[in-house]
Amino acid sequence: MRKLLLIGLKDLTLMFRDRAALTFMLLAPFLLTIGMGFVTGRFSGNSSGISDIPVVIVNLDQGELGNALEDVFFSEDLADLLEPTASDSPEAARQLIDSDQASAAVIIPEGFTRSIIPAQGTMFSPNAVAPQAVQIEVYANPSRPTGAGIVKAIVDEFVSRVEEGRVSGMTSILGLLQSGLLNPQNAESEARALFKNVEETESTAITLKTDKEGAAATEFDLLAYFAPGMALMFLMFTVSYGGRSILAERAQGTLPRLMISPTHTAQVLGGKVLGIFFMGVAQVGILILASTVFFQVKWGDPLGIIVLILAAVFGAAGWGMLITALARTPAQVASTGSAVMLIFGILGGSFINLEVMPSFIRLISNITPNKWGLDGFTTLALGGTLKNLTEPVTALLIMGAVLFGVAVLIFNRSGIMQK
Amino acid sequence: MPNILEVHNLAKNYGDFTAVKGISFDIKEGEIFSLLGPNGAGKTTTISMLSTLYTPTSGDAIIAGHSITKDPMAVKQVIGVVPQEIALYEDLTARENLIFWGQMYGLSGRSLHSRVDVVLEQIGLADKAKKRVKTYSGGMKRRVNIGVGLLHKPRLLFMDEPTVGIDPQSRRAILDTVKDLNKQGMTVLYTTHYMEEAQELSDRVGIIDHGELIALGTQDELTRQVGQTDTLILHIGENEDANALAASLKGIKDVLEANATNHEVSIITPQAENILAAVVSKANERGIKIHSIDIREPNLEAVFLHLTGRALRD
Ligand SMILES: Nc1ncnc2c1ncn2[C@@H]1O[C@H](COP(=O)(O)OP(=O)(O)OP(=O)(O)O)[C@@H](O)[C@H]1O
Ligand SMILES: [Mg+2]
Repeated sequence: MRKLLLIGLKDLTLMFRDRAALTFMLLAPFLLTIGMGFVTGRFSGNSSGISDIPVVIVNLDQGELGNALEDVFFSEDLADLLEPTASDSPEAARQLIDSDQASAAVIIPEGFTRSIIPAQGTMFSPNAVAPQAVQIEVYANPSRPTGAGIVKAIVDEFVSRVEEGRVSGMTSILGLLQSGLLNPQNAESEARALFKNVEETESTAITLKTDKEGAAATEFDLLAYFAPGMALMFLMFTVSYGGRSILAERAQGTLPRLMISPTHTAQVLGGKVLGIFFMGVAQVGILILASTVFFQVKWGDPLGIIVLILAAVFGAAGWGMLITALARTPAQVASTGSAVMLIFGILGGSFINLEVMPSFIRLISNITPNKWGLDGFTTLALGGTLKNLTEPVTALLIMGAVLFGVAVLIFNRSGIMQK
Repeated sequence: MPNILEVHNLAKNYGDFTAVKGISFDIKEGEIFSLLGPNGAGKTTTISMLSTLYTPTSGDAIIAGHSITKDPMAVKQVIGVVPQEIALYEDLTARENLIFWGQMYGLSGRSLHSRVDVVLEQIGLADKAKKRVKTYSGGMKRRVNIGVGLLHKPRLLFMDEPTVGIDPQSRRAILDTVKDLNKQGMTVLYTTHYMEEAQELSDRVGIIDHGELIALGTQDELTRQVGQTDTLILHIGENEDANALAASLKGIKDVLEANATNHEVSIITPQAENILAAVVSKANERGIKIHSIDIREPNLEAVFLHLTGRALRD
């Protein structure tokens, strides 16, 4: 066990002394993340995270729901993120956007609340017309996509909560009515109580995700997507670098020398694998730390992050070992590794979100550690915890175990020392 | 002295090519034994089997009472190996390399560090130990390569051509180190294709060629096989026909053998002075210009020539 560790640490030391490798492992993903950030407008406006997005609220509704939404925008929790102003006139608001003085205008039309919660006495009357939903308008400033996007996301979130509440409220009340447990007189007050509930959960739901300064960024920050995407892609480089070092040590004679020393073959191979593992964890760990320090990316639950890093490196290391077992020379590992890195990067969603990909690509993407890792990191960035990671972590562990098994079989057949 | 190594019919095939054809020899505790042979003779293959890296195709060897095939772990503890190709981590310093390899031999803590200091002193790199190996000269790398083999104070040290490709000074230092180690009680199996090294170092020599041990004994025993003969070496021009000259020289009285290698003809004779004039006139007859002539007393080179009809080096 001690020798295993010593071999692994030796490999980690060598990695930190290999400038070319470090460029690929740390600098390249870091720079690409910055590049992605610029391309996607992450850095337009304030460079220290997103804050003080100017937004104009026009509340023509003045019902419970309209007021609730207005409250969300003026809430203490979003005070750092948003800079809301109220206006009475939609035209004036649109004017402000057109002259680039604000990121977006939110126009809550008259009758918004009524369209969802009908007035007293009309709800279940026989001749009631199904209420027509009235749309909230978000008038966005195209030159400030990020800010406008965040405003839109807040509104969408609010509306979808209201919709959810409406559907579940309606169906449960209809159900109660049908089964005779509820008489129509009570139904209306019951419904009001339910919607009241919606309003309350509404504001808390958004509050939950906006704990601190720039915190809505947790949910909307594209860097929280691209930073792990790049880290995972270049993790594939690191594992093939580690695998390559097995063949390189064979060629440079240090592997035979290890075999001659009183060290078991399993210890030597185990040590090399541990080395790959150390390198991967060091790389992803450093990248996560760097993007936290330099870009204020909020990665989410630290415990979840640690477990996810370990699982992702394990899954990726399995690929590294398989490539190594199949290759004959260090150069073959390097070229195959780079190709796999790019293919997995694209398939795994490191560049383009998988949701916009055709379904067969999404199916293939399941073989990449990138996909599962990215799923996990996204879950965490959206406020999930270790408990929500069961699926990606299990997938990564199974992937690693299967690939290691296959690699060991191949190594056993050809012999680690034979050419 | 008891035998520390006994080799029994050791053979190795690479596919259908037989690199070592069932060789047998012993090494006594405390001696320096040289395995002398040209390129491709099977020296490294033999060392690789003895150091448990390759499994023999057939045969076995007993090292300090342990079979290399049945108890390789016990063998590994007894032996130290200096491989022919330098096997070090270039991005680690000499000291870091020694510490790592010491750890692989089970050393740790203070005893490891003091041992590393001793070895650095021994290989003369104590003052440069903090530089990365990749910044070293070939000779310095060779010395670190040797140092790694010494860390755990092996009873039996295998050195596979440890002086290949280095300057005369470094070579001198290495040969002296080998002698020192032997004085301190280490048994050494030394392979080389330099006749002079085998001659200077060894108590006994095995001559290996094409995977076969063609001669074995002390230097006296071996040179006696050739008889009291001298070796005469003629250096001739590049474009001259060495083979034709060698053939014509065989006709001279007292020339026991004459062999051609590129730009050289070697002649074995009981007394060099007696044939010198005849040799020169034969060359003149054929219009071949002789650049220089060496006369050598009986030596291992002559033995090899005698046994194989070829020079040790080509
Ligand atoms: N792994 C291998 N596969 C196939 N043939 C090999 C292998 N290793 C060595 N040989 C062949 O076996 C023969 C003996 O090689 P070996 O390396 O043992 O010779 P050597 O005496 O050490 O030569 P040198 O002085 O050049 O180091 C050579 O003909 C070589 O080409
Ligand atoms: Mg050799």
